[in-house]
Parts: sequence; structure tokens; C-alpha cells
Amino acid sequence: MRNEINEAHEADTYEGYSDDSSKKRKIVVPGETIVSGEDYLPGDGARREGENVVASRFGLAEEAGRVVRVIPIFGAFVPRRGNVVIGRVIDITFYGWLVDMDSASSGFLPIEESPRFINKNEMDQFLSIGDVVAAKIWSVKAKGNDLTLKGKGLGKLEGGFIFRIIPSRVPRVIGREGSMISLIKEKTGCNITVGQNGWIWVKGASIDAEIRARKAIEFVAEKVHVSGLTEKVEAWFGKN
Amino acid sequence: MVVKRSDGRKAHDLRPMKAKVGVVPNADGSAMFSFGNTVAIAAVYGPRQLHPQHMQDPTTGILRCQYDLLSFSVSDRKKPGPSRRSQEISKVTEWALLPVVDLKSFPNTVVDVQIYILQADAGTRTAGINAAALALAHAGIPMKDLVCSVALGKLDKDIVVDLDKDEEDFEGGEGPTDFAIAKVANGDEFTLLQLDGKIQPDKVKEVIKIVGEVSKQIYDVQKKALKEAVEEQ
Repeated sequence: MRNEINEAHEADTYEGYSDDSSKKRKIVVPGETIVSGEDYLPGDGARREGENVVASRFGLAEEAGRVVRVIPIFGAFVPRRGNVVIGRVIDITFYGWLVDMDSASSGFLPIEESPRFINKNEMDQFLSIGDVVAAKIWSVKAKGNDLTLKGKGLGKLEGGFIFRIIPSRVPRVIGREGSMISLIKEKTGCNITVGQNGWIWVKGASIDAEIRARKAIEFVAEKVHVSGLTEKVEAWFGKN
Repeated sequence: MVVKRSDGRKAHDLRPMKAKVGVVPNADGSAMFSFGNTVAIAAVYGPRQLHPQHMQDPTTGILRCQYDLLSFSVSDRKKPGPSRRSQEISKVTEWALLPVVDLKSFPNTVVDVQIYILQADAGTRTAGINAAALALAHAGIPMKDLVCSVALGKLDKDIVVDLDKDEEDFEGGEGPTDFAIAKVANGDEFTLLQLDGKIQPDKVKEVIKIVGEVSKQIYDVQKKALKEAVEEQ
């Protein structure tokens, strides 16, 4: 199916969220002591101060064995190599398209990275200003990011609609190895592409199905610190 | 001479504090903080691309604060727009927050903090700093700690905490003193010290000690507001 997301590169961004109850989680604020003792190692978003492991950002603290880290629950999108993003074409240059991907740095999609041969004089027939694309980041540099359309499910998005969620909640929406998003796709029959920048594209048979999918995704994105979310989403589908 | 406080507070009592996170839905992070009748809201946008380009720093992101009183926040209408006073407060707010935020991972970008005072009853810059610290945390900006801020002053010879407008204008005894202070919540660093009026050098030490104690109460209010923002969802 076209625009089906490539599950392979979602899996590696997932790891932050698991419904495994053996991991202790709590909300922490910057400067708050998470745990005390020499046995623990500070991971992402945490640091050591003397005896204590202290949070360096607002989020969910998670102890996984000896490593203590803080999972962000708010915050802007920071581009990483391999991320699939949804963006809007804002300019056409001689060498490619400039894509706004709702982050501090813009994306550049070179003409060579389109899936088929494009005549340089007719670039706007393939993608014109205002078009929305799903693209993959293949390199991150100080002065912007390079995008590619070569890959499964990438390309121009037509029909359906787009909405935004907080980018830090994307791993939660996708779920372990795409379990959450496949559940929503299956229940609503919609075609969904989730960009790591928090933009989500939904296209279904009817507008009602699309709205239902959107509500389900927003439900998941709101339940930040709830464990056993998959069952709750199934219950939600029973009611809505 | 012992001067009684008009609202019956003890010398080291703060006004009732309120804090709420997520008050501006379109911002990346936002918060409201109030000391009694002083109400401040702060909204954070970014990290986002910085223009003009010559201000960009390839080694780190920058912090840009804007503070202003809304025209209806004071009893005589304040003429809207930046003033000498608001520019100064914007700058000191920026300096008060900069030591705790870490923007190293966002080169060439800016984090914009906008602080608006909805109601002014003295201590607006301190309420603004408290709100801004909350809003930055809410926006997911890496921070080593929160910042707690409060103004102290003197009623004649007595040190009092969190002045209201009448106390700030106190003319009796040794005259008006207003000492705005910001402190890193879990550290001993002070990021803002601004004194209007007169104070004896040995009393400054006492003031610093009192701030250490009352800032814990402010920190608790901030912490609670942030935690509630997640729990109510």
C-alpha cells in the first residue's frame, strides 16, 4: 500500500515507551533528585550531582536497571538521521525543493532524491509550493537537513488531512514495533502516516473514519504516563 | 518601631501563590504565576530559527526574553509598547534564566520567552521570572534547575518578604527598599540581585538567608504546577 510507513525505522525510536510495569516511572521537574546512591548511572536528561541523580529536564523519569533517564513529554522536534517527517514545500530552487518540517532547521529535498526522473524545468509538476510530502531525513548537518523520497511510503500526500501532536509523544502513538498505530489503522480502516515531527496524515474511506482515527491518536497522545495503553485504546474503540 | 503589614501577614510570609502550566495552547510551553494580586503569564516559543541571521550563534542557541505590562494591569493605563523600564526588566530576566537553561544542542536557534503582566501589585519581575522558569520547563527545554524569585524589602528596620504596592512605596522610617532576588532552586547560585533604596550591608546577608528559606515554598508551588499539568491529562 502506498504511504504505508516503514516499520523498520520506527522500532528504534520506540524504546522510550513500554508498558512493562517492572520499570518504575515518575514525573520529575528540572533539578529534582530522582534517586540517591552510587549504584545508579545517569542517562539522557539526567546528571549526577554528588550522591544523587538529578533531572535535567521536565519529563518522566525511568529506572531501567542501573540506568536512570528522563523521557521528554513536551518539546520541539529535533531532527535525527532516519526520521520520517511530514513537511510542506515552501520553495523550489534550481537543485531541489525546500521543505518546512516544523522544526528549527529546514529540510532540503534534492532533485536526485525523487523516486523518478524529473525534468528541471517541470519541477513544480511533481511537487509545487504548498504540497505536503512524507520524506525521510538522510543527513543532518549544522545548516539544515537533507531529505529523500526513496523509500517505502514516502512521497507526496494527497487527500485526507493533516494534524499535529506534540513531537515527543510520537513514539507513544507508534507503539512497540508499530503496534499502536497498526491497531488504530485496523480499527478505523484509515491509511495513516506519522511523522517524527508530530505531523500526522490520515486518509480513509470516509470523513467519519478519518475523524475517528484522529480522535484515537489524540487520545493516545494525551495519556502520557498511563501504562497498559493498548488495552485502554481497545476499550476506547468499543465506546466510540 | 514595628510596622504592621496591611494584609496582616507576618514579616516572612509570602502572599498566596498560584501557578498553572499550559495556559497558552498555541505556545510550545506556557505558565501563569501569581503572588497575591500580581499575575504574570509567560509563553515560550522554540527552539526555532533565529532571524536576523547575524545574531545566530553556531555554538549554542540563544535565549530572548520580552517582558511587558499590559495596559490594563495598572490603575493608570500603561501606554502599550516597550519602554525603558520594560527593556531593562526583559534583560535582567534573560540573565536570571540563562544560567539554568542549556541550549548547546540547538545551535543557530532562539528560544523566545514572552512575559506579560496581567495585574500589577509590585513584584512583577519576580512573578515573571517564576512564570518563565515554569514555561521553559513546560516547553521541554533542557534545564539544570528551576529558578525561584521573590522581592524583599524593609518596613523601617524590619525585613519583610514579598512586598505589595503599598509596602513598596513605604515612606516612613528609613524609606522605601525593594530588593528583587532570583535563586537557582536547588543550588546556592543567585541569578538576580536588584536593589532599589537603601539597606545595611549586614542586613543583605540576612536577606540572602531568608530568600533561601522562602524560595523552597515557591519551588514547591512550581513543582506542583508542573506535575499537575501531566496528571490531569
